[in-house]
Amino acid sequence: MSASLSVGQALLAAAGKSTFILGLVFAIAPLLVWAERRQSAMIQDRVGPHRASIRLFGRDWRLIGLLHPFADSLKMVWKEDFIPPGADKVLHAFAPWISLAPALFGLAIIPFGPAIYFEHLGDTLMLSPQGVPCVAGLANGVLGCTAAASPLATELQVATLDAGILLFFAAGGLGVVGAALGGYASNNKYSLLGGMRAAGQMVSYEVTLGLTLVGPLLVFGTLRPEEMVRWQSSSVFTWGFFLQPLAFILYFVAAMAETKRVPFDVPEGESELVGGYFTEYSGMKFGMFFFAEYVEVIALAAIAATFFCGGWQVPLLTDAGFVLGQLHVPMSHGSVTALRVGGFVIKVLVLIWFQLMVRWSLPRFRYDQIMRLCWRYLLPLSLLNIVVTFAVIVWLRS
Amino acid sequence: MGKPVKRPEQSLSERAFLPEVAKGLTLTASRFFKNTFSSAEKGDIATVRYPEEQREYPERFRGVHRLTQRDDGSPRCVACLCCSTACPAQCIHIEPAEYGEGDPRQGYEKFPKVFVIDELRCIFCGMCVEACPCDAIRMDTGMHMPPALERDAFLLDKELLLSLPAADGSVKSANPRHEPGDKTHPGIDRDRSGH
Repeated sequence: MSASLSVGQALLAAAGKSTFILGLVFAIAPLLVWAERRQSAMIQDRVGPHRASIRLFGRDWRLIGLLHPFADSLKMVWKEDFIPPGADKVLHAFAPWISLAPALFGLAIIPFGPAIYFEHLGDTLMLSPQGVPCVAGLANGVLGCTAAASPLATELQVATLDAGILLFFAAGGLGVVGAALGGYASNNKYSLLGGMRAAGQMVSYEVTLGLTLVGPLLVFGTLRPEEMVRWQSSSVFTWGFFLQPLAFILYFVAAMAETKRVPFDVPEGESELVGGYFTEYSGMKFGMFFFAEYVEVIALAAIAATFFCGGWQVPLLTDAGFVLGQLHVPMSHGSVTALRVGGFVIKVLVLIWFQLMVRWSLPRFRYDQIMRLCWRYLLPLSLLNIVVTFAVIVWLRS
Repeated sequence: MGKPVKRPEQSLSERAFLPEVAKGLTLTASRFFKNTFSSAEKGDIATVRYPEEQREYPERFRGVHRLTQRDDGSPRCVACLCCSTACPAQCIHIEPAEYGEGDPRQGYEKFPKVFVIDELRCIFCGMCVEACPCDAIRMDTGMHMPPALERDAFLLDKELLLSLPAADGSVKSANPRHEPGDKTHPGIDRDRSGH
């Protein structure tokens, strides 16, 4: 679709989409710091941080503690950037980037909205019987196509690739390097142990993560995330969550292990390893590891939303507006698109909320328990899921 | 031979882990929703937001000291030095003095010319109150030492200690006090001793 855009337009669209997704991440990540602290406080009958205030218009605004992330990041920027003696200076400086960049990179394939037709933002669009988008209008009292839609359109997704989800896996695989390098370059036994644990854990769960998503891939029959979301359009019950419930649970567990957060946070393991692979990091370099963790949380939620929760699909909302049986509320293309992007963001936020709930409910696993869970339970179950899904699909087609 | 420890038996659902995870999540989620969406009174939040909210001190809370007054406003203290002797932190400094010639109390009791308590040194153990035979020093003001920037602000002198009221507003003590020459005094005094 983007072929119909000129090079300049395509570049502009790509810049806009990148800005949106980066802006979303950079907005949600500080919000996550706040949410994590306040949510855990609510779970544990505490109040949580709410004192940071800013003086504006003659009164102090506390904004229910939302200013704390800003105070935190200011603190981190001004802290001494310490490099331990004997550390590999280059690797030590690069490790946080290697940790953060792939996490952000993986977000490029997330479709955060449907294809947007720039010339029809005010029109009502629908799919013609041939599956081609067209401008909808009433012809003889029946809703139908009146004109073909202008091809000036772009998918709301930074990278539309045939490889699609494979890019996400590739990027995720690079994340291991950041953690392992950070541990190796610090010249600290705790860091090294943490880095090794991180590498072992992430490589192990990578296998499960990949195999788990093969089930949905078989169902959708495509690697392109935007096509997957379209596949889930007909009703809520075609969402991946209902078709692949086991894969959803397995994916969630494996992806939480990939984020290296509680209950899978042995790479940090502050009770044994001080701070794990980022023991020797301070200031904004530590902040980048920290940030990478939250970006991974967002990426996990975004992928889960795309694969299992219908992506940007909003229940009952079609291209032409809300449809429930005979009832039809026509809406313009612009507002439908806005609603769908909003729906996607809400899904991501809910999934993030759920991750935080898990993080503050479960105690940490022991390292052997983590490995056993991965290789002896999750991996066979994900293989089983593939076999069963495959069998069902073959049976349905025959 | 070690003592064999019986391992707790786990049911299938416990070993499957997920039902237990769901149980735990239900619990934490219920706390979360209750505390987030209900009013402050109905939620279970235990935190006291200190400067704005203050926990009520118990009746016997040992706060900043005060010196109780007699009916004429002078200190009940007779400068016997029991409190400063009992004080484990040695934070009480008393300089005793005699009443002047002709004062009815002269020869019976002394009075503190200087009475200083270093509230920074004080450990608020209450030994001084226990030791006092005259109920002259009490810690029932119900307030803790307010913060200050200078150390000198924590040296409370006699006048200040005398002026501090109890939590109920009184500057005296409820216990009776018999002045020298008081006819209701049960003990011996100069007029009744016969010398």
